[in-house]
Amino acid sequence: MTDASMPPPAAPPKPSAPPPPPSRPPSSADDVHDLRPPRNQWWDVWDQFKTHKGAMAGMLVFVSIILFVTVGPWIWQVDPGLIDIRSRNLGSSWTHPMGTDQLGRDLLARMMYGGRVSVAVGLMAMLLGIVLGTLIGVLAGYFKLLDAPLMRTTDLFLALPLLPLLLILVALFRDVLEGVFGQAMGVFTLIVVAIAITSWMQTARIVRGDVLALKEREFVLAARSIGTPSRRINTRHILPNVMSPIMVSATLGIASAIITESALSFLGLGFPPDFPTWGRILYDGRDWIEQYPARVVWPGVFISLTVLSVNFIGDGLRDALDPRIRGR
Amino acid sequence: MFTYTLRRLAFAVPTVLVISLIVFLMLDMAPGDPTASLPLTIPPEVREQIRAALGLGEPVIVRYFRWLQMMAVTEPLHMIAAATGWDIAPAGPRILSWQTRSPVGDIIIQRIPQTLWVVGLGYLFGILIAVPIGVISAYKQYSWFDQIGTFVSMVGFSVPTFFTGVVFILIFSVWLGWFPSMYDTTLRVTDWDSFMRQVRQIVMPVAVLALFNASQISRFMRASMLDNLNQDYVRTARAKGLREQTVVLVHVLRNSMIPVVTVIAIGIPTVFTGAIITEQIFRVNGLGDALIRAIYVSDWPMVQTITFIFAILIVLFNLIADVLYGILDPRIRYD
Repeated sequence: MTDASMPPPAAPPKPSAPPPPPSRPPSSADDVHDLRPPRNQWWDVWDQFKTHKGAMAGMLVFVSIILFVTVGPWIWQVDPGLIDIRSRNLGSSWTHPMGTDQLGRDLLARMMYGGRVSVAVGLMAMLLGIVLGTLIGVLAGYFKLLDAPLMRTTDLFLALPLLPLLLILVALFRDVLEGVFGQAMGVFTLIVVAIAITSWMQTARIVRGDVLALKEREFVLAARSIGTPSRRINTRHILPNVMSPIMVSATLGIASAIITESALSFLGLGFPPDFPTWGRILYDGRDWIEQYPARVVWPGVFISLTVLSVNFIGDGLRDALDPRIRGR
Repeated sequence: MFTYTLRRLAFAVPTVLVISLIVFLMLDMAPGDPTASLPLTIPPEVREQIRAALGLGEPVIVRYFRWLQMMAVTEPLHMIAAATGWDIAPAGPRILSWQTRSPVGDIIIQRIPQTLWVVGLGYLFGILIAVPIGVISAYKQYSWFDQIGTFVSMVGFSVPTFFTGVVFILIFSVWLGWFPSMYDTTLRVTDWDSFMRQVRQIVMPVAVLALFNASQISRFMRASMLDNLNQDYVRTARAKGLREQTVVLVHVLRNSMIPVVTVIAIGIPTVFTGAIITEQIFRVNGLGDALIRAIYVSDWPMVQTITFIFAILIVLFNLIADVLYGILDPRIRYD
């Protein structure tokens, strides 16, 4: 399973690679009956995606959560840091739909701002991790010389105990980065980078495998024979064809990044206390669980819903991007 | 098979060495000085002596090899000596924790049993739940059982353990009052009564871990069963008149278990590191708890040791998984 030293499968049955980008002229005899106008393949993907009920539900929930954290604070204009000690520990009411915490801060506003940070960390860490993973995967797959060292590095990273290392990274470099970027941005940068450098390995492996198979295909040979430089072969011909697995692992990457950030906050090694994130709110609410369970349930439900919806989207996307299933 | 194992081993040893170097260097370059918290009245020369006694004055490479020697030889021997009572503990310096000033190995030996019980039982129950669910789900694909099972396993691995744990505490200890929310390590099992108390306090952490592991393993089990159910040999087995039970539970299950067994083996170290969170929720003072506390107070020798132990576990179980795969599936040995 973890064996990357295995020789690459020379030509694995790879039906998941979509047809080469230069679209076929519809002149051949077989295609005479197919007179439909040429259609972008992403429309086919979307059609297939729509049939996956779980994925559509996940999409709906995820979009709602994104709206909740982006548009929400404009509608619910309450300062999440406003301390109102007279109205502390309130239950749900019209003035405080989710109640207030032990300092009288409005939980709904904190959930919105906290969600912003959590989702932003998830997206940024995923983006960075995907870019890193894709870069390493393409380099390793395309350039023979780089393959062995890069893949050994990947194996090494896979053998690292990631959660302990993340905790150590955060504990060690928090003060340094806070000095450079300021408190909030420092921790944000640190957590995003730390999650990204501990999560790129799967993407790199998948991409490398696909690139290895793709670079033997005729269209790459054709591109090379007309003198296309390596850089452009990669960006124009190979990268578009490995987009499917990258998109699937990007989706799943968001989910795991959000969980990791919440776990770090939950262990007290994430964002500082006056800087709400879902994990932090959950962590703070733990001490009050017997009296005010709502304070842990809300953030927990939001984290779980986000991750669940993203995972469902990932499932649907995987099905939709698989041409063996698509069109059936 | 032997050369295959050797080849895997030849890759594992350098991996461990490089990881040990990473763990060592990362914490070695850490800001923070163990003598920083000592009183300022200590004269500089004495402070230098204290630093030298802690082994901080020498070049990095010397300290690394010294640390490695203590880590790989001295501490394990001490641990074995403490566990068995044999007189094999070597003399010489040991890795000392900065917070307790006692050898790190002794603390780890105290912490390991709790972690092993909770994590081990959680994993065991997870496997026991997952395998039948995966088998039935795959055999009756798209039935209501499969639909519910797939959904529950999706929820199970999407909901983070720190939330399931908190919800369990809320339901079973705050509202129902069935189980204690905290794990009492001082409890000694001497009679039936204390045994029952031990069972009660271990139920929730084990249940949280079991649920999480079961949802992951059952997905693998289901996928692997589905791969095998459509194979030719299954049709052959049916065609020659074997009972359906034999076909599924002997022919298909045995073949489907091959990838699942390796996934289970690879997952064991992740369960250890993941248990850091579970231990925090239920206040189990296991290895993960020791790690978190050491990070809080910047006790780097302790952090290094525990991280290194986790790293060794990962490399070891990857090796075991590779070898197991080679034994179970002769096609991949290629020797």
